[in-house]
Amino acid sequence: MAVEVRIPTILRKHTDGEKAVQAEGDTVRDLLDDLDRRYPGIAGQLLNEDGSLHRFVNVYVNDEDVRFLGALDAKLEAGDVVAILPAVAGGGSGGLKPSPPVGRGSGGLKPSPPVDQG
Amino acid sequence: MLEIGQDQYRTLVAHASAEYPNEACALLAGRDGTVERVYAVPNAEASPTFYVVEPKLLLRVMTEIDDLGLDLVGIFHSHVATEAYPSRTDIELAKYDRAAYLILSLADRDAPVLRAFRIRDGQVDEEPVRVSRRSGVAG
Repeated sequence: MAVEVRIPTILRKHTDGEKAVQAEGDTVRDLLDDLDRRYPGIAGQLLNEDGSLHRFVNVYVNDEDVRFLGALDAKLEAGDVVAILPAVAGGGSGGLKPSPPVGRGSGGLKPSPPVDQG
Repeated sequence: MLEIGQDQYRTLVAHASAEYPNEACALLAGRDGTVERVYAVPNAEASPTFYVVEPKLLLRVMTEIDDLGLDLVGIFHSHVATEAYPSRTDIELAKYDRAAYLILSLADRDAPVLRAFRIRDGQVDEEPVRVSRRSGVAG
C-alpha cells in the first residue's frame, strides 16, 4: 500500500531534506523496510538491533500511536499517513530508567555493592 | 540566544513547582529564537528522575505548532535535585536538534536556576536565555 510518511527534522538528512515522502508496505514493518531501501540508514534510527521499534521513537498511523495498533505489525491501507516523532524525554540524574535493552545505549543503573556493616 | 517572556517563565516555574517532586516538562513554540507559546504538558512518567511526553499528546502539540506556522523552539524540563545541566539521559534522548533544551533546577527551591542548551550528536553547547518583559501566550 502506498502511504505518505512524515519525517521529523532530525531524520531529513536521510531523505535529502524532504519532510514527507512516499513509501509502500502492508504493515508498518514492511513500510520501514521499504523506507530503508529508498533512504538507506533511516531504519537504523528507528529500530533496535532485534528489529523492534526503539522505545524512544513514536510512529503514528493516521494520528494513532502504532503501539496501540500492533506496533510494527500494524496494518496499512492505501492513503494512510504515517508520522514519525522522536520521543520528548529525558531525566535528571543517574542513567536511563531500568528497562529492557534498547539496542544501543549506555545501559541502566548498576546496583550498589552491599554496605559492610562490619 | 533564546528569548522568553516573563509570564512564560513564571508559567514554567509554576508548572515545575506543581509537578515537584516529579520532573515537569513543557514544549515551547515560537520563531527565530523567541518563545511565543508554552505548552505545559504532563510528565507521563510522573517520576523525580525521568520525564516523557505522552506520544499522542506530543503529536497533537507538534501538529498544532505546525498549523500555527511556528517551530518547536524549546523543550523544557525540571531537575528536582540536580543542577541545571543536561544529564547523560538528557543527552542520549535529545533528538530535536533545532530546539533548545531548557532545564530549570529546583535544587534550591527558593532560587530556581534556568539554563538552556543545544544538544546535537551528543554535544552540549550552552545557549544564552533571556527573560524579557513582554508577555507571551502561556497555557
